[in-house]
Amino acid sequence: MGKTLLQKVWDLHTVRTLSTGQTQLFIGLHLVHEVTSPQAFDALRARGWRVARTDRTFATVDHIVPTRERTRPFLDVMAEDMIAALERNCREFGIRLAGLDDDRQGIVHVIGPELGLTQPGITLACGDSHTSTHGAFGAVAFGIGTSQVRDVLASQCLALEPMQVRRIRVTGKLPEGVYAKDVILTIINRLGVGGGVGYAYEYAGDTIERMSMDERMTICNMSIEGGARVGYVNPDETTFAYLKGRPFAPAGDAFDRARAWWRSMASDADARYDDDVVIKAEELTPVVTWGVNPGQSVPVTGRVPTGRDTGADPKAIADALGYMGFKGGEPVAGMKIDVAFIGSCTNSRLSDLREAARIVRGHRVAPHVQALVVPGSASIKRAAEGEGLDQIFREAGFEWRGAGCSMCLGMNPDKLVGSQVCASSSNRNFKGRQGSPEGRTLLMSPAMVAAAAITGAVTDVREFTHAVGADL
Amino acid sequence: MHRIERIEGTALPMRGDDIDTDRILPARYLRAITFEGMEQHLFEDERAGSAGGDRVTSTHPFDDPRFRGATILVVNRNFGCGSSREHAPQGLYRAGFRAVIGESFSEIFFGNSMLIGLACLTAPPGQIAELQARVEQRPDATLRIDVKASICEFDGLRIPLSLPASARDALLTGAWDTTGMLLDRYEEVNAASAKLPYVSGF
Repeated sequence: MGKTLLQKVWDLHTVRTLSTGQTQLFIGLHLVHEVTSPQAFDALRARGWRVARTDRTFATVDHIVPTRERTRPFLDVMAEDMIAALERNCREFGIRLAGLDDDRQGIVHVIGPELGLTQPGITLACGDSHTSTHGAFGAVAFGIGTSQVRDVLASQCLALEPMQVRRIRVTGKLPEGVYAKDVILTIINRLGVGGGVGYAYEYAGDTIERMSMDERMTICNMSIEGGARVGYVNPDETTFAYLKGRPFAPAGDAFDRARAWWRSMASDADARYDDDVVIKAEELTPVVTWGVNPGQSVPVTGRVPTGRDTGADPKAIADALGYMGFKGGEPVAGMKIDVAFIGSCTNSRLSDLREAARIVRGHRVAPHVQALVVPGSASIKRAAEGEGLDQIFREAGFEWRGAGCSMCLGMNPDKLVGSQVCASSSNRNFKGRQGSPEGRTLLMSPAMVAAAAITGAVTDVREFTHAVGADL
Repeated sequence: MHRIERIEGTALPMRGDDIDTDRILPARYLRAITFEGMEQHLFEDERAGSAGGDRVTSTHPFDDPRFRGATILVVNRNFGCGSSREHAPQGLYRAGFRAVIGESFSEIFFGNSMLIGLACLTAPPGQIAELQARVEQRPDATLRIDVKASICEFDGLRIPLSLPASARDALLTGAWDTTGMLLDRYEEVNAASAKLPYVSGF
């Protein structure tokens, strides 16, 4: 009987079984950011511990950084305190930091892959639930809290429970205008926001195999929104080609040796799965969320549920509709938006910006809409500017910002105001998520956000891609 | 590090599935370098006087004077989903909570809670619903959790509880604070990592 990638990585990184029965797992890479680490560093200081493996630890700033005015000290005293604390902690404990002025700075889940730090077959941890993103490379990547950040800093290990593996095979050709974001939103809708608890999700099938690394990262990123702490794709030639030449990837002969090992870590053909799910790509459509969790979505051609739909929890639907101010049965297409946000660790990579720019080119943002594009990293910002994407966005009326988490989470100056409705390429539509206690989020692909920005309302992006396609 | 064998106190029923950590602790309060004061912001955006809550008379259980001083939270399915912020269980712990009983928990919330000594235990949906209803009828009655026997008692009602054996052992032996355990016999960690091809540079 063969093994899954998860089992192989787990076995290889097991130090021992603890007295509690948990597994002590060695963590190959620890990524650190400003929000979930200060209390962990304080705990190390209080107990006189050092950082066990500074060579396997890397830090950046993303959550609270302003994306417009970056002059230090920040006007926001608390943000300044947090950045200063991370700088101080990294100096004191000897950790590499891609700080605010570093040309490698960016969202932690964007820069890990970009720098070649994220590699197949490794274990990875970060004090952020979207750490599952790194699974796109065939890494086993865990989102953790601050006490576990302390554990990893002090010991480079975590105490963990074993997981089951659910294979989700996506097969067939994705229709025009349907993106990786639509695939993962559909998966979460079908399996539920808690359906993945206890599981690692292995994304497989020919649709996934044809996807770029950017697309695989979008899929793995939102594993946690389906309750799965870990999500991964088996490493293949696409993965290896992406890694080649990256600053921290092995080079020369070492790259060839690494490639052979990476390949050997992929799930065996006869591996056993605890559950198996098939999704047919050709049946998928662009998807929009209408509610207050990422599972509450419908095709853009569909209608908001009424609560009388079979299989749905009427109380949860009523609660979500009450918050969103929507009526059951109304079509999602045509819903007016106030803000359009292209960014976040889910969809802020170069290919996302290119696709959004392709939709936007030659159009204007609707007069009542505030639209912003926030590249995931300083490096993506430079690359996009090199291609002139920033010009396309600016000319259309989008704001072009510096790299950071921005309006995904309401921890920096980019926030919704009052009950604004935001078409967002981010990952969470929770109540209050985008920084206003009454703010409303509609999750969708970056191309759909671009289309909504132009028309001022939720729009089927296929109306644009057809037109654009004819131009190309 | 102390052992946690019994947890007793009054309870607070917080109904609803998929209650995420953004709701439990809004992100703006994560802009701090300590966990101090987190208890003041629990569910802040949906409580009395908040923009997202009922401005006049709150119906939020955290505003209900009958449940003031509760130390055990009774919740439904997938509690603590979403963001990995430990600020959520820290806020609950600092507000005096010592246990959460629910249908299920997000894994990250569960792990975070265990590491600060906030016990998370599960029971089937029907029994949770009954417990929530009974607590509402008798908010002043004491809920008693026996961790070793994995059972709770409330006003004559006995409910078997589940938690992973490792979590139960950690509470009973005081091993829930893990760092010391992970640093023990560190030569084994070095030996395990030295075998990894990527650690030795391929």
